[in-house]
Amino acid sequence: MIKATINNVEIEAPEGTSILWAAKKAGFTIPTLCNHPDLKPGGQCGICVVEIEGIPGLKRACMTPVGEGFKVKTHTPRIMATRRQLVELILSNHDTDCLTCVKNNNCELQQLASIVGINVHDYSRSGERLPIDRSSVSIVRDPNKCILCGRCIQVCSNVQTVDALAVNHRGFDTVITTAFDAGLGNSVCINCGQCVVHCPVGALYEKSATEEVWEALHDPDKFVVVQEAPAVRVMLGEEFGMPTGSLVSGKMHAALRRLGFDAVLETNFTADLTIMEEGTELIDRLTSGRNLPLITSCSPGWIKFMETYFHDMIPHMSTAKSPQQMFGALAKTYYAEVKGIDPGKIVSVSIMPCTAKKFECQRPEMNASGYQDVDYVLTTREIGRMMREAGLDVKEMPDEPPDDILGDYTGAATIFGATGGVMEAAVRSAYRLVTGKELENVEIKPVRGLQGIKEAEIDIDGTRVKVAVAHSCGQARKLLNKVQDQIAKEGKSEYQFIEVMACPGGCVGGGGQSWGSNMAKRARRGESLYEEDRSLPLRRSHENPSVLALYEKFLEKPNSEKAHKLLHTHYYKRSTVDGKIKPAS
Amino acid sequence: MMLAGYAVGAAKGFIYIRGEYALSIERLEKAITQARLYGLLGENILESGFSFDLAVMKGAGAYVCGEETALIESLEGKRGHPRNKPPYPVTEGLWGKPTVVNNVETLANVPEIIRNGAAWYRGYGTDKCPGTKVYTIIGNVATPGLIEAEMGTTLRDIIYEYAGGIKEGKKFKGALVGGAAGAFMGPEMLDAKMDFVNLKEYAAVLGSGAILVMDESTDIVGMLQSVLHFFKHESCGHCVPCRLGTKQLVEIVDRIAGGKGKVEDIESLVKISEVMRDTSFCPLGQSLNLPISSSLKYFRDEVYGRVQQPA
Ligand SMILES: Cc1cc2nc3c(=O)[nH]c(=O)nc-3n(C[C@H](O)[C@H](O)[C@H](O)COP(=O)(O)O)c2cc1C
Ligand code: SF4
Ligand code: SF4
Ligand code: SF4
Ligand code: SF4
Repeated sequence: MIKATINNVEIEAPEGTSILWAAKKAGFTIPTLCNHPDLKPGGQCGICVVEIEGIPGLKRACMTPVGEGFKVKTHTPRIMATRRQLVELILSNHDTDCLTCVKNNNCELQQLASIVGINVHDYSRSGERLPIDRSSVSIVRDPNKCILCGRCIQVCSNVQTVDALAVNHRGFDTVITTAFDAGLGNSVCINCGQCVVHCPVGALYEKSATEEVWEALHDPDKFVVVQEAPAVRVMLGEEFGMPTGSLVSGKMHAALRRLGFDAVLETNFTADLTIMEEGTELIDRLTSGRNLPLITSCSPGWIKFMETYFHDMIPHMSTAKSPQQMFGALAKTYYAEVKGIDPGKIVSVSIMPCTAKKFECQRPEMNASGYQDVDYVLTTREIGRMMREAGLDVKEMPDEPPDDILGDYTGAATIFGATGGVMEAAVRSAYRLVTGKELENVEIKPVRGLQGIKEAEIDIDGTRVKVAVAHSCGQARKLLNKVQDQIAKEGKSEYQFIEVMACPGGCVGGGGQSWGSNMAKRARRGESLYEEDRSLPLRRSHENPSVLALYEKFLEKPNSEKAHKLLHTHYYKRSTVDGKIKPAS
Repeated sequence: MMLAGYAVGAAKGFIYIRGEYALSIERLEKAITQARLYGLLGENILESGFSFDLAVMKGAGAYVCGEETALIESLEGKRGHPRNKPPYPVTEGLWGKPTVVNNVETLANVPEIIRNGAAWYRGYGTDKCPGTKVYTIIGNVATPGLIEAEMGTTLRDIIYEYAGGIKEGKKFKGALVGGAAGAFMGPEMLDAKMDFVNLKEYAAVLGSGAILVMDESTDIVGMLQSVLHFFKHESCGHCVPCRLGTKQLVEIVDRIAGGKGKVEDIESLVKISEVMRDTSFCPLGQSLNLPISSSLKYFRDEVYGRVQQPA
């Protein structure tokens, strides 16, 4: 342990602790801008400088380890003046139109300017306006707001290993851009939105669909159905100031109903359905021994990553669509049929913790119903904005259930939102499918939690199934490299079933979550999902009565021909240069 | 470099040189090929059991790539951005391995010291700063060029003895010593002894050993202008103070040079360069305060004379 003082407060900290964290221990939050708790410090902004007695000059608190006997001062007149100057310099090259900015009230630069007390602009505004990159269907990039903190590059390159973004030019002309300046939509970007949720300012945000959804809601000719992803119910409360991870399933249904949706349904319903389809696929593969391991397919960021960097694994992929797209295909077929609604008049909206879902719903093959299956995807942030505009506060809502035939769900569906959840849900049902018996203890703890790659061996009545779970594409890359290696060397992999989620933490860490994300928050949301699972009367997907009814009345059985047509898909090879589909050779 | 490699137990050395210096590269490569032919480089050099080889690496010419950690990034094929220190290159350098980075001049001193002994080398220069220094003398002198002089030689001797004095018999006005990020000196510094230790006392540096001599007709604001433009051009853009500070400094100095400057503009120059000194990520941005503060130290009246006087 190292002993030091921060503004005369004595502290003890393990060796290697940065002054920034040591100061937190002493009760002082040193302001920062580029630093993020889940990323390595890059030292770009210089805001966190402190004075250390006996050491000349100022030192960056984020990257200076606290040393034995250090006497650190965090807000001397010199430091405060310096910070103010730095913030003024940042503002000299920043489009400071906060009122029209997506980050207004949630912006780290705005907060910093207020903390250090900026009340005049000392420096001339410099720099020309740069074009806004709107080439992606998921994400908008506004370089005029960018402060070059480097967080987006770090998360895209180091955490996701996608490498869609890089620094270009130098000095004052430095910008962050994509390969050949072609824009995110023409790059290897997988639309995961991790850059968006790590950006401290309004330089990265989702491509909003709120206007289109308002229009549909106000159109008396349209029948607007809405589905909500598992993770949204533990995120939406944060949009209304509730503690992180507050579980608001019932309040969410109530608020959506009040917003004017004609039917409030559930992605959780199709999550249960996914398990029936994917579970059946797993049993088939285990029986035939072909194309093992089976790899899950419900994360559209992961799908594009796989298509770009691992397309030789396509035969291993589950062909099951994601729950969002299964829902879309059923809403304009089964639902329309049962309810007697013209599918052409149905507008299908989904509320997602995710930006990649915006890309997914626009993939050309996602039209099994004869229409675009899902019309609009809104992130949690967007639906929060719409609810606020309509004067709705989720906190104040009563608890209401979803509407019928695509609304019921089990605990197995709700845990889809956390890393390991799909795996756990699949095992609960695969056990039944193989043995005819119910798995007594449904909680499979080794696949839960936020450590990198999780492994477990599951005994299905004598058959041992080795499974692995990866969250974040960087971890997926590691795991798949290992699998490829094993297949090349030994003809088969040690794993039979693999779950991959593109985002760290799974969907609770998606690119559509509320601003101000970090791993601790993702963990808390995950815990809330497991809590809902425990509280539900049914916890196995194959027990969902509405799913059973769907098979009975419409699809016949899992993996039937009709199920294949509506609920399964195929994949492409993509270029590692521009992310576009490569023509089949 | 082989001696340095032997001393630290390295098997591989890199010479990092600007791509534009085609002639130097050609000569270096020729020398390396010849050394290999004579068995002076490669496996088991002269049966000594010591193996060492050299490679010439071409840089794209960014000034910041002279900073040792940016140089290493560039060698690794990345953008020339400086790294945080610590860890220093001697613990984690090229590809994460311990690496020693030295200047050519430093390395060139080593064979002579080994051949003639340390006492011989210490016979040159001053007590506190023994040895010699290579200077590049440019500007308004009769014979510009490269010289090697003992540590402690005065600026006057360097200009008048080695470089043939000021061109066209004009008067000496000042010098920019230590490269673009060095310090301006006025006539009162002509008799200062030039060595690392002594110059520190005058808040100046020897730096690269470049001495730019200015005659009486030189415009100090114009000099400052070219220094600041150079730094704005060479800032790598990684950190806020340097990326945005250099831009503001250039705007201000251009305003002063254009006759539109105010007294507050001079104060801003100082203020911004102090923030840059204190908070820039690497020595490039940190060093810009020196030319600004020294120009005001020796040529204060001239600079203040160029801004609009308060009514
Ligand atoms: C911005 C900047 C540019 C530099 N450029 C050079 C250079 O061109 N050549 C050089 O030898 N050293 C240059 N240096 C110094 C080197 O980083 C390094 O300190 C030096 O070469 C170490 O050698 P020495 O210890 O033998 O003097 C530069 C330093 C900075 C901060
Ligand atoms: S990024 Fe922040 S400071 Fe900049 S305009 Fe948006 S809200 Fe304001
Ligand atoms: S959305 Fe994901 S893949 Fe695309 S640039 Fe951002 S972090 Fe990279
Ligand atoms: S886009 Fe955002 S995260 Fe990326 S460098 Fe700019 S400010 Fe930082
Ligand atoms: S001071 Fe900062 S911007 Fe300037 S060269 Fe160094 S790291 Fe780059």
